[in-house]
Amino acid sequence: MGKLKNLNAATRSNLITYGMVIVLFVVMQSLAAAKAISSSTAGLLVPITAYICLAISLNLVVGISGELSLGHAGFMSVGAFTGVIVASMLAEAIPVGWARLLVSMLVGGVFAGLAGFLVGVPVMRLHGDYLAIVTLAFGEIIKNLLNNLYAGFDGSGLHLSMTNAQALGMDGGKIVINGPQGAVGITKLSNFAMGFLLVLFTLFVVLNLVNSRTGRAIMAVRDNRIAAESVGINTTKYRLIAFVVSAALAGMAGALYAQNFSSIVPKKFDFNTSILILVFVVLGGMGNIRGGIIAAIVLTILPEKLRFIGDFRMLMYAIVLIAVMLVTNNRTIQSKIADLRERLRRRGDDQAALAVDAEGGVVDE
Amino acid sequence: MSRDVKGTYRAQSRREEDVKGTYKAQSAAAGAARDTSAETPSARKRRGPTTRMVPVPSQSIVPERDADKNPILECRHLGIDFGGLRAVDDFNLMIGRTEIAGLIGPNGAGKTTVFNLLTKVYAPTRGTILLDGVDTAGMDTPKVSQAGIARTFQNIRLFDSLSVEDNVRIGLHNQIPCGMWSGMLRLPRHWVSEKEFHDKALELLDVFGMAGNADDIAGSLPYGAQRRLEIVRALATDPKLLLLDEPAAGMNPSETAELMDNIVRIRDTFDIAVLLIEHDMDLVMGICEGIAVLNFGKIIAKGTPAEIQSNPQVIEAYLGKQE
Repeated sequence: MGKLKNLNAATRSNLITYGMVIVLFVVMQSLAAAKAISSSTAGLLVPITAYICLAISLNLVVGISGELSLGHAGFMSVGAFTGVIVASMLAEAIPVGWARLLVSMLVGGVFAGLAGFLVGVPVMRLHGDYLAIVTLAFGEIIKNLLNNLYAGFDGSGLHLSMTNAQALGMDGGKIVINGPQGAVGITKLSNFAMGFLLVLFTLFVVLNLVNSRTGRAIMAVRDNRIAAESVGINTTKYRLIAFVVSAALAGMAGALYAQNFSSIVPKKFDFNTSILILVFVVLGGMGNIRGGIIAAIVLTILPEKLRFIGDFRMLMYAIVLIAVMLVTNNRTIQSKIADLRERLRRRGDDQAALAVDAEGGVVDE
Repeated sequence: MSRDVKGTYRAQSRREEDVKGTYKAQSAAAGAARDTSAETPSARKRRGPTTRMVPVPSQSIVPERDADKNPILECRHLGIDFGGLRAVDDFNLMIGRTEIAGLIGPNGAGKTTVFNLLTKVYAPTRGTILLDGVDTAGMDTPKVSQAGIARTFQNIRLFDSLSVEDNVRIGLHNQIPCGMWSGMLRLPRHWVSEKEFHDKALELLDVFGMAGNADDIAGSLPYGAQRRLEIVRALATDPKLLLLDEPAAGMNPSETAELMDNIVRIRDTFDIAVLLIEHDMDLVMGICEGIAVLNFGKIIAKGTPAEIQSNPQVIEAYLGKQE
């Protein structure tokens, strides 16, 4: 414990975040193994890990880079559908489920990163609200493109079409993505452990990036663009790095998410999903990675747990959101919380001092 | 108004008149060689037989110790228009390699605009900026910083939410290389560079005795410390020329006196030139070696502190005409 206090603040905070994720995983995994959680909650475990990854990756853009992006679900869907195609094509080449999932996530991430780059180059000319509006539009464009995408493979390889399934010109084979019907007949490869590993990987990438030369440059651009330029930082480059890394990580999470279901439609990745991820980030605190993780967990479980009050559950959801916003922005409540924390800390110190005194006494005698 | 000032100014001193003449001839020659269209018609008329030119326009002054070296900064006919407003016009200035130069003038004279032109926050409408003999045309703000101009801001612009040390580390950004992948995957290169960042940052903070505040959040520092931190961050970019925009604003006399010592000390330790904008005349007259006075976007006087203090144009610009 003493050693933990000697580390610098950022490292300590990062270790706490890793620790929290690992503990949560162990607890949930053992609960699931002991069948102590309902099947509906168990079914939420993989989506929750995917949402955590999305929240962490979006935090890189919204919290660390300071740009409001409303098209995160678009990059998620690129990763999801790429991942599904890759996984079904490699079904024979890689029979091991987790390895196939890993490869599909990596390829999904690369393609989503590529999409992020293509979108990012024009978008990074903008700032603030304008950037938000344009990312929203790009998210919708990606969704609509996927809505019209037909993909299948046969002996001669991959066939893609934007008109209909017949235009694929398939010779037998299998249709993987069927336009608005989305991907059907997905082999369910995702599991909680893989989700957990992806969360760790996402955390590793984002936290390392933030606490490095590149991350400092990104935060400098956020805090003061003019000053960042004046010390020789290419602002567009670093904003773009944050955007592309975020998109790639969202793609990996998308591949994980999609392969948790037997079918998935492009409509799933619409504006509402983007906003949902943004709500995780904002509620957890922009730039606060740990807060985003907690928000993603709570806000995914809450609507399920509130099912017993029927239609009122979305109302409760809204009330929780408003309450958190009010509390975190209310100075009176904040100072009360700070007071309480200070008092707890002082009590801890007193006890420590008492313990030291007691030890000292023993030595004296 | 400005034409008027110029007229009286020309008649004022014979020495200045002569200087102006030779300078115009030189600029005409330069114009012919470079084929720029920015020259005024009158300069064209004066195009005479080719004369052997010295690299230092005689109109500008540099400290004697720097006279035989290339000037660190040279502005030729620098100007910018905002719509129909000529914010800065025909700005000629030369700064010696180790000079502490002052740029003064009444409010709204265009002093900060000159800084923004030098650092390419604004693209100049006319004229040339030579930094250590290199034309900065086509460079953007980050490039100019890498070329060797660092600046502070009139309204403090720190990275408020980051620590004092991180602010300096960001200043060191281009001094210590470390790619994105090294940082993201924690390759050995990352650890080596982080150590270097840490050591250099503390060393720089120590110049102002701020090493003890390294972990504080920059935005929470007192005002004077924030101004000092801005200077440290600017120094971290390893500049050849440091631009200070009102470094003494909001400081009390004892803090200002300390700042004056610090500026001289920085110049001596880092062996750089300093150009500062300041309204505090004690500071300007106390440490500046050459001073340029700007009014309505034009330089109305250049000289040593003693010359500037007795210059009637300067007095008029600041206090108005005596009836």
